[in-house]
Amino acid sequence: MEIRSEQNNGRLSLFPEGDMTIYHAAELMPVLLDALKQSDRIELDLSKVCELDTSGVQLLMLMKREAVAAGKSLKLSGHSAAVLEVFELLGLGGWFGDPQLLPAGVLGLGGSAI
Amino acid sequence: MSLDLSDALQTFFEEARGLLEDMESSLLSLEAEPDDAEVINAVFRAAHTIKGSAGLFGLNDIVAFTHKAENVLDRVRNGDVALNEGLIGLLLACRDHIAGLLDFAVDERTMDAGARSQGMALAAQLDLCLDDKKAGADADADSASARLPTTTEAQLQSAGGGPLTEDTWHISVRFGLDVLRGGMDPLSFLRYLGRLGEIVHLTTLADALPTAAAMEPEACYLGFEIRLQGDTSKAQIENVFEFVRDDCDLHILPPGSKLADFLGLIGALPEDNTRLGELLVACGALTAHELEETLAVQECEVGRETLVQPLGEILIQRQMVQPELVDAALSKQKDARSRQAQEAKFIRVHADKLDSLINLVGELVISGSGVGLMAKRNKDVALLESVSGMARLVEKIRDGAMHLRMVEIGETFNRFRRVVRDVSKEIGKDIELIIEGENTELDKTVVEKIGDPLTHLMRNAMDHGIESAELRASRGKPVKGTLKLNAFHAAGGIVIEVSDDGGGLNRERILAKAREKGLIADNGADMPDGEVWKLIFEAGFSTAEQVSNLSGRGVGMDVVRSNIEALRGTVDIESHAGVGSTFRIRLPLTLAIINGFLMSVGDGHFVVPLDMVQECMELDPARNPQRDYLNLRGEVLPLLRLKDHYGIKERLRRKEQQGLNGRAARRQNVVVVNSAGRKAGLVVDELKGQFQAVIKPLGSIFTKVRGIAGSTILGSGEVALVLEVPALLSEAAQERVAPVAQV
Repeated sequence: MEIRSEQNNGRLSLFPEGDMTIYHAAELMPVLLDALKQSDRIELDLSKVCELDTSGVQLLMLMKREAVAAGKSLKLSGHSAAVLEVFELLGLGGWFGDPQLLPAGVLGLGGSAI
Repeated sequence: MSLDLSDALQTFFEEARGLLEDMESSLLSLEAEPDDAEVINAVFRAAHTIKGSAGLFGLNDIVAFTHKAENVLDRVRNGDVALNEGLIGLLLACRDHIAGLLDFAVDERTMDAGARSQGMALAAQLDLCLDDKKAGADADADSASARLPTTTEAQLQSAGGGPLTEDTWHISVRFGLDVLRGGMDPLSFLRYLGRLGEIVHLTTLADALPTAAAMEPEACYLGFEIRLQGDTSKAQIENVFEFVRDDCDLHILPPGSKLADFLGLIGALPEDNTRLGELLVACGALTAHELEETLAVQECEVGRETLVQPLGEILIQRQMVQPELVDAALSKQKDARSRQAQEAKFIRVHADKLDSLINLVGELVISGSGVGLMAKRNKDVALLESVSGMARLVEKIRDGAMHLRMVEIGETFNRFRRVVRDVSKEIGKDIELIIEGENTELDKTVVEKIGDPLTHLMRNAMDHGIESAELRASRGKPVKGTLKLNAFHAAGGIVIEVSDDGGGLNRERILAKAREKGLIADNGADMPDGEVWKLIFEAGFSTAEQVSNLSGRGVGMDVVRSNIEALRGTVDIESHAGVGSTFRIRLPLTLAIINGFLMSVGDGHFVVPLDMVQECMELDPARNPQRDYLNLRGEVLPLLRLKDHYGIKERLRRKEQQGLNGRAARRQNVVVVNSAGRKAGLVVDELKGQFQAVIKPLGSIFTKVRGIAGSTILGSGEVALVLEVPALLSEAAQERVAPVAQV
């Protein structure tokens, strides 16, 4: 599990790579929370996430909630297939409110707004 | 996670092996009675527990495979499909595969290609079963749904509130904090739930998610409200969550539940009522109007019902559960409780501790009899009385201590049901296994070591002993062959018999083979049968004309013999052509405390096991001058004069001459012993009566001494020899034959 980060015009982009699962939850959490402190605008690129489990989902939800509470913006983007599958299963697309690009072959945006 | 799981892992391996054994014996008994729900349940539980525990340790291969087997078992358990012979065979193969996977896990290896392909083949077969069953399940569900509406309507009238007509289940689940740490991912349950029907709506609840500071990344905080549409049952849905049943808060409302039910649900869930209400509306479970109505009737509704009725009835009345489900739940609870009780019944104790306890008890018995002797000598009546009281207690402690180490041989025997089943299938013979004396207890170490030799004997008996069906028919025997395993205690030892009703050993063929191998010099025509049979235990001896998969390579029987001899046991064979053979293994109890009968010859003391003693009588020297037999109520009773046999006579005479021990010489007694149907009289000087003998093995120098099972220490500190009567008698018989042959 590696997280690359990029600063770009005040926007902090994070690129987690690998599995966001229980095995990495403990190391992931401080990194993600730290990122929240660093910037007001954060983008989380999920395109390299191979596996997402409940603990990963919880972390994402926690981040989103903390961001909203602090009046910051957290944007999830580039949902990988694994992430999409879990969001679809849990009906979380609307919860995060980010546009999800469905895999090739399906047109339009997934995840209805609330 | 940095937890050290290695200890727990060992426990898991042990338990899993135990469970697999249970599973095997259950499956085998299902072959005879395929409808026994208890046993089917036992098999299911075994698979289920293995899967659950394997999941904890991240043994994913085992989890994945066992899960498939468990699915099939679940269908069987629900009666969706009848258990037939083919399915039992498949399940047995699955059991073996799980055992194999377990071995890989023990060695910390990953599955090899062979195991992988075998697993895939089995999984494919299991899937096939599931498909078959699905058709049956659908049919069941149809009839169930046809039944349901009438009851629904009847109940609705009385309970009031508007019915919810949608055919959709509502499931509320809140996972416990430890679910993730337990190695289980709620997502997988949800995915699995999706296979029962269509998840129409799913709302993820993160209300329990704490603040960033308080959040533990490895705890689980999520809850879900799920609308599931499909032909399924409450039990099936519950089964999905079975693994986390104790660790999650699960509520299931069947289709057509009334508003009151949702009311109950709202009350039962941790979140704020209004928030929940909105959620249910969002899920489509309720309409906004219904929610209002529900919240309005909340108070009186709940208050009234809980006051007068037990919970179960309310649940039924509210149609939350079907009556049979309440019964099932109750019996499940009872089950769980009895299982806990059973777990509490066993303690793991290191064998060394038991050994030292038994040693101490042995010493206690000896010193106890020392005290008794002193009391007798001093003629102290009060002391004698308390000594006899103590002796009784010591006896009880002795029995208890001995039992700690003893295990019933039945477990070992039952393993052979599988062996017999597999072998008989393989070689195409119909063979029935009869087990007797499975309650016979013997030392745990002996039980562990006797398994291999027994397996060899059984396989030999099945492969070579029992004839093919055609041959049996032509010989006028029942086509079904019989193999018998029997165990019983005899003379301070245990006898294990393996008998078959096959063709018996072929004397000519054995002799021919023995000549060919150079084991005997002459043609062996005058060799007694017993000697001939013993030849088959020679290394490299095999008379099978065809080497089969099972036996016939000539490595089995000498291994059998050396294994048994390593346990200081003997094996002998009784065989009759065309009738069958019996292999009789006698094992001594290396360390034991027996009820003995003490007698003395000259100044030597001897003990025979009390249960071999039939009677005692005085030997009238006038009527029986130095004869080696006597007339016991019309029967000829051979006599064995221990004095002569052990050469005690000389010493005695010297003492007699010195006038020291004259009385004993004048009056002799006969102790009639019975061993394996042979009767004999032991001529001794003095009878001393019953005696608790702690048998101590003789040193290795004396291992070649026949007829003596061990020694014991008397209360006076003197040593007495424990006679091994069967060996003693056969040795005496040989001695007597030998001089005649020489003449």
